[in-house]
Amino acid sequence: MSTKRAMVLAVAAALGCSPAALAATDDDLRDLREQVRQLKALYETRIQALEKRLQEAEQSARKAEAVAGKAETAASQAAVQASSRPTGENAMNPGVSLMLNGVYGNLSQNRDGFKINGFIPTLGDVGPPKRGLSLGESELAFAANADHHFRGTLIAAISPDNNGAEIEEAHIQTLSLSNGFTIKAGRFFSGVGYHNQIHAHAWDFVDAPLANKVFLGNQLAEDGVQFKWVAPTELYFDAGLELGRGRKFPGGPDGGRNKNGFGSSNLFAHLGGDIGASAAWQAGLSYLGTSPQDRSYDDLDSTGTNVTNSLSGRSRLWVVDGVLKWAPNGNPTYTNIKLQGEYFRRREDGNLTYDTAAASRGTQTGGFASRQSGWYLQGVYQFIPMWRVGYRYDRLNSGTTGLGLFDSGVLTAADFPILESYNPTRHTLMADWNPSEFSRIRLQFARDTSRRGAIDNQLFLQYIMSLGAHGAHKF
Amino acid sequence: MKRLLTLLVTIWFVAFAAPAAATLNVFACEPEWAALVREIAGDKATVSSATTALQDPHRIEARPSLIARMRTADLVVCSGAELEIGWLPLLLTQAGNARIQPGNPGYLEASQYVTRIEIPASFDRSQGDIHPGGNPHIQTDPRNITKVAEAVIERLVQLDAANAQAYRTRGKMFLDRWRAAIQRWEQRAAPLRGVPIVVYHKDWSYFRDWIGLREVGSLEPKPGIPPTSAHLAELVNRMQREPAKIIIYSAYSSPKAAEFLSERTRIPAVMLPYTVGGSDAAKDLFGLFEDTITRLLAAAK
Repeated sequence: MSTKRAMVLAVAAALGCSPAALAATDDDLRDLREQVRQLKALYETRIQALEKRLQEAEQSARKAEAVAGKAETAASQAAVQASSRPTGENAMNPGVSLMLNGVYGNLSQNRDGFKINGFIPTLGDVGPPKRGLSLGESELAFAANADHHFRGTLIAAISPDNNGAEIEEAHIQTLSLSNGFTIKAGRFFSGVGYHNQIHAHAWDFVDAPLANKVFLGNQLAEDGVQFKWVAPTELYFDAGLELGRGRKFPGGPDGGRNKNGFGSSNLFAHLGGDIGASAAWQAGLSYLGTSPQDRSYDDLDSTGTNVTNSLSGRSRLWVVDGVLKWAPNGNPTYTNIKLQGEYFRRREDGNLTYDTAAASRGTQTGGFASRQSGWYLQGVYQFIPMWRVGYRYDRLNSGTTGLGLFDSGVLTAADFPILESYNPTRHTLMADWNPSEFSRIRLQFARDTSRRGAIDNQLFLQYIMSLGAHGAHKF
Repeated sequence: MKRLLTLLVTIWFVAFAAPAAATLNVFACEPEWAALVREIAGDKATVSSATTALQDPHRIEARPSLIARMRTADLVVCSGAELEIGWLPLLLTQAGNARIQPGNPGYLEASQYVTRIEIPASFDRSQGDIHPGGNPHIQTDPRNITKVAEAVIERLVQLDAANAQAYRTRGKMFLDRWRAAIQRWEQRAAPLRGVPIVVYHKDWSYFRDWIGLREVGSLEPKPGIPPTSAHLAELVNRMQREPAKIIIYSAYSSPKAAEFLSERTRIPAVMLPYTVGGSDAAKDLFGLFEDTITRLLAAAK
């Protein structure tokens, strides 16, 4: 039966009231019905087939879409991977990081007259931060491997007040030595004690311990070479030797002596290990020997004149340091405690020249001998994520300084007021907020008796931010 | 000056003398890699892990004991992709060990062997502590472990040719078992497909993609930034509108934030081992995935 005929019949059936239909016999009607039934069945199967095909088409379209989507993600990922790769010369740029810090200071004593009584002043400024708002030193650091043998680091401190940039550290370090040896050369923070090697932005308090101020002039960076060896033992042990120019206090004069060879040597050794999973410790011993030549400082003599004195001789400093860190299960993210302390002991012998410029009672030289010590102990506790509190106690013992010029009666103790025996102390409290690894805002209060007869109450509010390459901090 | 020169020359010679080791010393940064090397090397290597499952691998201290271990290591296996950037570079430069410096056969970065995801299109710390190299938590997808295992086998063979056969045999045995286990896990985890989850940190992304979970939020407001109350409050609101089915956090994360959200939204919070040792059942790599899936299935019911 052709479709056309069937259609005609179907139309006829639908128009059941046509005269032709009325005239039809029962047989015809049966025929017609049968044809309509067949027609219906036929169309149903066709429609089903069509529906099925439609469904299949839809499904494959969806699949194609998904595949396209995946391809797109992959393409964009690849694009990201490609674009994130620096090209050409820039690809080898050293890692750069920048530290910004600023302080607000409120000090009850005038900072300009800052001194630490009982101790020979160092060659630089060791005072607390300024009164009022001030920008601290900005640190700019570059570091990269030079090749497979050497790594280079430069850290410059940019002074906020037109004093230009000072090189804090600029050194190369070996990578390819084995058996535990590393050699560092250039300018680096001396491995004397613990605190001295830490950059100011990573200090737990705004300023350095008093002992570091009087014995190391705040922080000793030496031009020299460092040899270090790590023992192949389970208990950590290292030993090292640094030979330097003696460019800074306690060497001297400022900038180092004009001679071949070296002006300072530092020997150090550390032990370290774990106590269970939660605690780790390190203890160190170091000896710094220098031979200051005409290391000068200013003092007010008995006539009220500002005179320059200078010391030539030997300076030997011993430092014992220890640090203990604790965190539950060794995970410092939530809470952790850090205890740190150092004990300094120094002997200085030689000749002290009074009034080198002959500005007051005339230049005179006599023997000099001092045995001095100092220590600090500090603890920092992170009690919840982001928040830490800390306390530090500082104490210095000046001992009695032996002066030939005083013993022989040429000059009086009043001509060397700063050397008069005195034991400064300081209490420091701090709290800081660290919204991320890269920023810190700190409030600190200190009660400092560095100056005889004057208690300095110091309040600081400080920010420290770290930008750029992610730094790794020493234990 | 002469003395100094003599000293230098002596150090130079001593330092370059090649050492001889009986078994390979392997320093793994994370427990999963320590476990993997143990599977492949057996008694041919002495393996230790720098971190435990209870420590956040992003931030541990560069402890003296780790420098001591790095000093004698023949092979260092780490996740890489900057996961250990806060401590590993220090260990590498302090240890005085040339064998394990990056670029040498003694240094293996697992993330180099897998396709990393979540590589940020732009880098800015205002987005949190993001990793320019992509998400470093690659071990949560067992298929990545297969790829790393293949690399570890080749590396062990290269470093210790005398035992090459042993590494290949053990390695193949491990991979056969591992591939079978992956199929088993995929079948077991089928009911988890499409289940919406809230994570603590972005350390489950590879697992999520493998199983087909749907991540609808994280407890950290930004990667590496601890949960804040404002962010948690926002999350509570969001969960009331379109609830997730499970809140997951890793063994090394504090459960506090997850429990807080769980209490207010009645969504179960589940601790997952994250790595070997993170739970009693996660004694090895097999146990790790077995236990992870068991815990998720129990929570999804």
